[in-house]
Amino acid sequence: MKKIIAAILASSSLLMMGCSQDQETDQAQADNAKVVVYSARAEHLIKPLFDEFTKQTGIEVQFQTGKANALVERLKAESSNTPADILMTTDVGNLWYAADQGLFQPMNSEIIERNIPVHLRDPEQLWTGLSVRARTLVYHQDRVSADQVVSYEDLADPKWQGRLCLRTSNSVYNKSLVASLIEHHGEEKTTQIITGWVNNLAAKPQSKDSHVMDAILAGQCDIGLVNTYYYGRLQAENPDTPLRLGWANQTTTGTHINVSGAGLLKHANNTENALKLIEWLSEKPAQQIFGALNREYPANPNVTVDPQVESWGVFKQDEINLKRLGELQQAATMLINRVNYE
Amino acid sequence: MNSKTLWHIALWGLIILISLPLLRILSAWFEPSSAIWQHLSDTLLWDMITNTLWLLLGVGIGVTLLGVSLAWFVTMCEFPGRKILEWMLFLPFAIPAYVLGFVYLGLFDFPGPVQTYLRELFGWSGLDIRDGKLSIMIVMSLVLYPYVYMLARNAFYSQNNTLVESARLLGMSGFGIFWRISVPMARPAIAAGVMLALMETLADFGTVAIFNYSTLTSGIFSVWENFRSLQAAAQLSTLLLGIAVLLIFIERWSRGRARYDSNKRMTLRPYKLKGHQAWLVTSLVGSVVLFAFILPVLQLLFWSLASLNLEWDARYLDWISNSFVLAVGAALLTVGLAVIVNSVRQQTHLSWPLKTGIRFANLGYALPGSVLAVGIMLLIIDIGEFVSPGQGIWLSSGIFALLLAYMVRFLAVAYGPVESSFDSITPSMTEAARSLGANTSRLVSHVYFPLLKPGLVVAGFMVAVDVMKELPATYLLRPYGWDTLAIRVYELSSEGLYERAAIPSLMLLGLGLLGLYMVHRINKRYKIRAK
Repeated sequence: MKKIIAAILASSSLLMMGCSQDQETDQAQADNAKVVVYSARAEHLIKPLFDEFTKQTGIEVQFQTGKANALVERLKAESSNTPADILMTTDVGNLWYAADQGLFQPMNSEIIERNIPVHLRDPEQLWTGLSVRARTLVYHQDRVSADQVVSYEDLADPKWQGRLCLRTSNSVYNKSLVASLIEHHGEEKTTQIITGWVNNLAAKPQSKDSHVMDAILAGQCDIGLVNTYYYGRLQAENPDTPLRLGWANQTTTGTHINVSGAGLLKHANNTENALKLIEWLSEKPAQQIFGALNREYPANPNVTVDPQVESWGVFKQDEINLKRLGELQQAATMLINRVNYE
Repeated sequence: MNSKTLWHIALWGLIILISLPLLRILSAWFEPSSAIWQHLSDTLLWDMITNTLWLLLGVGIGVTLLGVSLAWFVTMCEFPGRKILEWMLFLPFAIPAYVLGFVYLGLFDFPGPVQTYLRELFGWSGLDIRDGKLSIMIVMSLVLYPYVYMLARNAFYSQNNTLVESARLLGMSGFGIFWRISVPMARPAIAAGVMLALMETLADFGTVAIFNYSTLTSGIFSVWENFRSLQAAAQLSTLLLGIAVLLIFIERWSRGRARYDSNKRMTLRPYKLKGHQAWLVTSLVGSVVLFAFILPVLQLLFWSLASLNLEWDARYLDWISNSFVLAVGAALLTVGLAVIVNSVRQQTHLSWPLKTGIRFANLGYALPGSVLAVGIMLLIIDIGEFVSPGQGIWLSSGIFALLLAYMVRFLAVAYGPVESSFDSITPSMTEAARSLGANTSRLVSHVYFPLLKPGLVVAGFMVAVDVMKELPATYLLRPYGWDTLAIRVYELSSEGLYERAAIPSLMLLGLGLLGLYMVHRINKRYKIRAK
């Protein structure tokens, strides 16, 4: 038995040594021309961009994906020892939180200021949005007429009783949406609205936006809320889909938007390369890919929108500074828990 | 220093290594977060607790019924297709619970093909299968019963033919034998299997998320995410740990001092079923295989074909080899650990602190992977800073942290089978070998090892498959470029891209099945030699 144990120990330590040696040589070679990204944006939505960046600049992009809160926790723990230069996330609440925890440094980049509208950026340039995600109404054209589709607030009206499908409140997109309602209406009115939503639900909240649309298609409900790119995927697969997007709150506050974005880390080792990457991502060619990869809206308004996305029409955006949504997110979560929106 | 002291030191070292991440999590109570607790107890806490207990109860009943009855049928009865079904019943073990979850939702939810068909045919109004508790209990029982089946089947096999024969001669019915002889004798194995299934249930994150069923584990994630408080999350996970301790306590208590040694193996099946009876059993057993394995695999294949061009690329080779290396490394380490712990346990009468330490080290299985990962991350950074300030980071960015996480989390998985194979070594065997003049090394290589080998192989296999399926800890601790198949499944399925997620899911399944096949071969060879 001792032999086995010795063999186990020897092989496992060899394994570990092998791995760490590989890493060291890799590091020595690539130290001069690299940038390290922690990303909460899924791998298949960023890798093509990074590959393109490497092709154009010769700067290698190393990245690791993870859930936003875990990456932030990891960055806090790693502190000044972090190998990372950039944090990318998919919700402004996460960007705001990372900034709030002091993880970012100001980018002071004229390029970014020129490319990205002011309401999609942190006032101190600690982070910037890189793509815009609109969260709006989706409905079945046979069972709902276009003029009935009005606003987030209207979904609380009893006329939608048993006809509404929503994604779970665990979704960060819904928390940000509720945060925007709090900003516009205050907590009391928002509580009434969300209670109304819960009362109108036709089924237990779905775990994905795509499931909300599946449920509407199957006749379980008639109307729901989705991020537009999920609708885009459905439409690409089935161009004849009877589902339609309806732009919310066009006569009032505008449709709720969120961003995926990035910030330059305070303890970055490759500051120059990192800034170069973020700036490059805000420029036209990258913005074109960024939007097309996931059918999102480019954050840079000078970029032409993907034809499919363009076919959904122009809409008025809710232009409250996104930073505010981050600040209100915890209040939104507590409100959601209190009204028992699962 | 004699060898006994050395073993003890080794054991203490291991216990400390494993306990430290747990203690790091417990230490969260030194930083109370009362505002969050107030909010929780006003809103979600009680739902989380009762939902968790319901799930444990449901899955506990489900896996016991399925695992024990299936194991008894295949060991005691002869019926058409028994040989094939006997090994097919193992296969669901290779399916991650979260994969079965999304497959079942795809098939049976309101918009799925089954309900659509029923609606069109009968004008049936439909059903929200995510509502209530039953669907998730069924899904989790279907993937977790193999834990019970595996251990119960081994236990039934090692029961003596003569015992069953005597009982039959004395006029006992089949059900009586099952209830009053087989089950009581297999009780320790059954209890160990149910324990593992319940621990897995307790730590599950993926499946409960898919069904939007709020448990303590999903609560830990949402508290962490919503209130940005690792402290509150860690505190909530101590509640989970409390339930795990309670479970272990119940298991030990139900097991009592039961210990049955038998060196004979069942060679003949006592019940040769005929006619209707036989086909009834075949269809019962077969339907479990159908629902837990064949149906989901067909659905995954169907989805995979639909998305092959879009999803397949050369990086899959990396992901496969990463999954494989992690699984093998973790299996070797974990089984090695379980062997060390058990050799000490076997040699001496343990002091109570040591006993408690061993049990404590076995608790990692109930910890949600992500909480454990955070504990380990914080710990490793602490240690790294202590050993070499400013340089310690290499520890957390290497494969070391990940392997430590697997060790802590899966020791309990390896421990069960290794413990029961150690228990099969009776004192009389050692005495006999000694009296025949065997020295220690000969005793180990010629007596202990052959007896232990099946248990070690089973333990290693179970850990390897579990590691390949493991998600949260891998997600948080993997170093650059160490993506695995499970990570790929998660990334795609969390975007709702189930068709594409089917491809890595199938590969994960394939690797699990390969492991299963290897165990089968090894066991077969071992049995031949034993004859």
